Amino acid sequence: MDTNVLFIFILAVFVGFEVISKVPSMLHTPLMSGTNAIHGIILFGGILVLADAATPLAQALGFVAVIFGSANVFGGFMVTDRMLQMFKKKK
Amino acid sequence: MSSTIAFIIIGVSVLFILGIKFLSSPKTARTGNLVAAAGMLIALGVLLKTDGTSVWAHGWSFNYTLIVIGTLIGLIIGAIGAYSVKMTSMPQMVALFNGLGGGAAALVASLEFQRGAHSLEGITAFIAGSMLFATLIGSLSFSGSIIAYLKLEGKFEKPMTFPGQNILNGLILLVILGLCGFLTFNASGGNATTAFIVMFSLALFFGVAMVMPIGGADMPVVISLLNSFTGLAVAADGFAINNLAMVVAGTLVGSSGTLLTLLMCKAMNRPVTNVLFGAFGSSGAAQTGAAGVVGTVKPIQADEVALLLAYAQRVVVVPGYGMAVAQAQHSVRELTEELGKRGVEVQFAIHPVAGRMPGHMNVLLAEANVPYDQLVEMEAINPSMDRVDVCLVIGANDVVNPAAREDKSSPIYGMPIIDADHCKTTIVMKRSMAAGFAGIENHLFYKDNTRMLFGDAKASLNALVAAVKAS
Repeated sequence: MDTNVLFIFILAVFVGFEVISKVPSMLHTPLMSGTNAIHGIILFGGILVLADAATPLAQALGFVAVIFGSANVFGGFMVTDRMLQMFKKKK
Repeated sequence: MSSTIAFIIIGVSVLFILGIKFLSSPKTARTGNLVAAAGMLIALGVLLKTDGTSVWAHGWSFNYTLIVIGTLIGLIIGAIGAYSVKMTSMPQMVALFNGLGGGAAALVASLEFQRGAHSLEGITAFIAGSMLFATLIGSLSFSGSIIAYLKLEGKFEKPMTFPGQNILNGLILLVILGLCGFLTFNASGGNATTAFIVMFSLALFFGVAMVMPIGGADMPVVISLLNSFTGLAVAADGFAINNLAMVVAGTLVGSSGTLLTLLMCKAMNRPVTNVLFGAFGSSGAAQTGAAGVVGTVKPIQADEVALLLAYAQRVVVVPGYGMAVAQAQHSVRELTEELGKRGVEVQFAIHPVAGRMPGHMNVLLAEANVPYDQLVEMEAINPSMDRVDVCLVIGANDVVNPAAREDKSSPIYGMPIIDADHCKTTIVMKRSMAAGFAGIENHLFYKDNTRMLFGDAKASLNALVAAVKAS
């Protein structure tokens, strides 16, 4: 096991805390929805396991994982964009 | 991993961090979301298998056809969901997408675990541990999110509690952890597959058991927490399949989601343990009586309200979820524009938990073209509330209840509120005298300077617009 990955993990924990520490509550909903889309990166995990799936069961479950992950990532980014495009300043 | 790909992954990580950073300011938020999406697309292009070869460099097989079909199906489901959902139902949508992500994380971890355990080289305890973690957290996030979705949709909204529930849940969790411990060191043993299936099912059940006792009003906190859980599950998956982009993205979501959860609890002035294990609404529902309430309810007519508004200097609107349910956002905007034309200073006072999720009200008002600089947060507006001529409370209830300040026995005692009762005149627009989402009597309705404008919010507002125009 590469300890570099753990190192990256620990740093990412602190970066995650730091970047949103000043977010105003008016943006909590889009922020939650946006970070929700980012963990849609699990689609890649689905692609990787499905690419290597050797049994029909693994293929079926991998297929479901890809659908779920894809809905998460695409839906997440789209719905966040739909919310944020409405935020306008007074003209 | 070649150094070119390593550099690309570093770039992708920077894009994710910048994306979240930009999301925390209204001016840059939309760009932030697109930046993160761009990072995702780039990371897909350089997706590597565990052996370090590009996933796209292998010969085409049936599995790749499945990948394309699956991705397209997901894309269509996601797009339909994203573009058809009503803004009022946004929390449900986030819950659903989050649940899907959690389910995917659990499936990926399960498949990798089974494959690794039965491969020639086996898996190390560390890899097995992170896959089991991802399976556990991912599946409870899946089932928990579905329950949160159903609760927000109004199905079994009330908390479901029974004596000894926390102990029973604790026991289930212990069994799950025991099974995980066993599997970490016996990944390919005789009973491993059975133990794994039992663990998976218990984790799914635990997600349900964890969310069932929590009231509908607290679902946003639950969704935020499950969102960070899914992030952590994705990061653990990233460990297991050696994908750095997944580790970074998952961890960022995990930690920022945890902080967001704590910020939300802080806005409600309740410790997170109280939300998760306190079974809120159940204690509140017991005391809906008007204990300690003095005064009478004084109704008012729309014409009279219109006069008050038209000749006021400063008006503050306190919107609540009830306004959104009545689809009255556009009428509110029309009214504020009409008042603006007459030189009345109009602001919206936004409670951190107005709507069903922090920031939800901002989204709903933005949808109705209310500029965001007209929205003022609770802390910013409270000190000047005593200089407000008319405060218009539309469909908000618990967030303006002075019981939070005055009544120590109230379940919401200590929650920060918008001081609507400090204004010269407070107009509460309400359908009837029913109690709010949390089932708590509102002392504001009985104050001397409060007047009640009964009726459907949208109809009342339209009447107000017409009356203001005429006056």
